[in-house]
Amino acid sequence: MKKVFTRPKSLTGKPFHYCPGCTHGIVHRLIAEVMDELDIREKTIGVAPVGCAVFAYEYFNCDMQEAAHGRAPAVATGIKRVHPDKIVFTYQGDGDLASIGPAEIVHAAARGEKISTIFINNAIYGMTGGQMAPTSLIGQVTTTSPYGRQVDQAGYPIRMSEMLATLDGAVYIERVSVHDIRHIARAKRAIKKSFELQIAGKGFSLVEVLSTCPTNWGMSPLESLDWLKDNMIPYYPLGVKKEAE
Amino acid sequence: MAKVLMKGNEAIAEAAIQAGCHYFFGYPITPQNELPAYMAKRLPEIGGCFLQAESEIAAINMVYGASGAGARVMTSSSSPGISLKMEGISYIAGSELPCLIVNIVRGGPGLGGIQPAQSDYFQATKGGGHGDYRMVVLAPSTIQEAVDLVMDGFDIADKYRNPVMLLADGILGQMMEPVEFKKREAIDLAEKTWATTGHKGDRPRNIINSLFINAKELEDHVNKIYRKYEQIEKSQVRVETYNCEGADLIIAAYGSTARIAKSAIEMADKAGIRVGLIRPITLWPFPRDSFKKWAERDHVKSFLTVEMSKGQMVEDVSLSIEGKKPNYFFGRTGGVVPTPEEILGEIKKVMGGTRG
Ligand SMILES: Cc1ncc(C[n+]2csc(CCOP(=O)(O)OP(=O)(O)O)c2C)c(N)n1
Ligand code: SF4
Repeated sequence: MKKVFTRPKSLTGKPFHYCPGCTHGIVHRLIAEVMDELDIREKTIGVAPVGCAVFAYEYFNCDMQEAAHGRAPAVATGIKRVHPDKIVFTYQGDGDLASIGPAEIVHAAARGEKISTIFINNAIYGMTGGQMAPTSLIGQVTTTSPYGRQVDQAGYPIRMSEMLATLDGAVYIERVSVHDIRHIARAKRAIKKSFELQIAGKGFSLVEVLSTCPTNWGMSPLESLDWLKDNMIPYYPLGVKKEAE
Repeated sequence: MAKVLMKGNEAIAEAAIQAGCHYFFGYPITPQNELPAYMAKRLPEIGGCFLQAESEIAAINMVYGASGAGARVMTSSSSPGISLKMEGISYIAGSELPCLIVNIVRGGPGLGGIQPAQSDYFQATKGGGHGDYRMVVLAPSTIQEAVDLVMDGFDIADKYRNPVMLLADGILGQMMEPVEFKKREAIDLAEKTWATTGHKGDRPRNIINSLFINAKELEDHVNKIYRKYEQIEKSQVRVETYNCEGADLIIAAYGSTARIAKSAIEMADKAGIRVGLIRPITLWPFPRDSFKKWAERDHVKSFLTVEMSKGQMVEDVSLSIEGKKPNYFFGRTGGVVPTPEEILGEIKKVMGGTRG
C-alpha cells in the first residue's frame, strides 16, 4: 500500500503536549515538513521560546536551544554568528516576541540577521493561563482584561509584521493563518520561503502565523477557528508585508 | 615575549583574543568602553565576530547562543549593565555553558557613578541572578594578573562548563601598566560534544536547556552542578598572602584596594607595626582555609577588611575566621578610593584599641 501521510523526519515523534485543537501543533508540523523538503534537518539549529512552545526542543528533531523569555532572536544571533553556514530559526509566541522581546526581534531584523522567525500570534498568553497579550484585540476578555481590553487603559494591539516590515534588514515578512486547509497550505509556502531565503544567505525573515488558543479563549476548537477568521484577520490582515527584490 | 605598555581594558581584550576567544557581544558603558572598542578593531582582522548588541540583555543572550553553539565567547560591562545580564547569567549557569563575563565595577546603587568601586561583590559571589548557582569570580590586582586570569578563566569555564566572571574595579580598567602575554601550554580540555553545531546525522541531537519541569529532575540537575562546585572549591582557590608571618594585624583586601593596602603596610612597618595581607584572588571559591589558618595563629590579634564598598567581602572574612579574632572594617564607596594614609590611620586605631 502506498503511504500518503507520515510523520516528518524533522519531528521526534514525542506526542505534543498542546491542548486539543491548539494550532501550535499544526505549525510545528509545517516547519518540520519544510525542513524535510529542503533536507536541512541535520544542519538546522532551532531556538525555543518561553511560552506554550517552550518544549519545542523536544519535538523538533534537530539541535535546539531553549532561550529566556523574549530573547530567542539574540540567542539565534549568537548561534548564527558562530555557524553562518547552518540554518537557524526561532519559534516565538506573541508575549515572547511582542511584549517582553521587541528589542531583540527589532534589532535582529534591523541587523539583517540571517535567521528565520516563526511568530505565533494567538492574541493571548497561553502558558500562564490566559492573560492579555500585546496582540489581544480591543474588547477581548482575558484574565487581566476581565472587562475586555480597554484602549484608554491598555492601548492598542501591536501589528508586529507591519512594524518590522519598515526595517531595511528584513527581506521577507508575511502574515499567514492556519484556520483552514487553504490557509495552512499558504502558511507552509511562507515558512518554506523564509527558510529558502536563509539558505540563499539573504537576510532576516519572519512569518507571523495567526493561531488559536481554544483553552484560554474559552471556546471549542471549531469556534476558535471561526473566531480567528472573523475577529483576528480583520485587525491583522494577511499577506506579504515586505519582500526585498 | 616582551612587555608592552597597555591600558587595563585593552590588555584584557588582547588576553581574551590570545586565549582563543573570537566572539564578543557587548553594549557600551563607562568605564569599560576601551575593551569593546579594542575587540571591534581586532576581531574582524582574525576572522572573529564583534557585535554591539542592542542591550546588555541581548548581549548576554548572544553569549548564551554562541557558547551553546560551541564557541569560546565573552562579554564585558560595568555594574548597571551587569545587573541586566543577571537573568542571562542564571540561564548560562543552569544550562552549563562556559563563558567569560568582565565587570569593570563602578559605584552604585542605581546609576551610581563612573568612578571605581567594589560594591558588586555580593552580586558577583552570592548569585545576583535567580536560582541555585555559582560563578567563579576572579579578582586581579594588577593588569598583568588580569591578563593571566583572563586566559585561565576561559579554561576554567570550559573545564567546568560554567560562567566565570573577571571582577575588576575601574582603576584597573583605566590605568596603564607593562604586561606580558605569556605563551601558554595548551591544556587538555574535553571536546564540546554537547554543543549545537548541527548534528550532521552523525550524533544524537544536542539540546541546550535549563528547564526541568519535574521537581526531582531539577533537584538532580542542580545537585549535579553542585558536585562540580565542590570540585571547584577543592581545586581552584587562589590567594596571595603577604607579610603575614609574625603580623599583629592582617588586612583582608582584593583588587586595587589590596595594592593600596600594601603601601599602608609598608608605612606601618616603618612605624614599627607589623601588618600582613591576605588577598583573595578567587572571590568565589573564597580562600576560607587561608583566613582560618592565620586566624588560629597566636601572633595575629585582629583582622581589618578594607574594601571600596560599605562592607561586602567582610562577611566572608568573618565567616572564614569563625570568630577566632575580631574583624574590623574600613571602606570608602561611591567611587572614592581609600588612601594608604587613611588605611594606616585605621591600622593604628585597631592596634591602639580605639576601634569599637
Ligand atoms: C522573565 C519571565 N517573565 C515571565 C515569565 C512567565 N511566562 C511564561 S510564558 C509567558 C507568556 C507566554 O505567552 P506567549 O508568548 O504569547 O506564548 P503562548 O503561551 O501563548 O504560546 C509568560 C509571561 C517567564 N517565564 N519569564
Ligand atoms: S494554552 Fe492555548 S496556546 Fe497553549 S497549548 Fe493550550 S490551546 Fe495551545
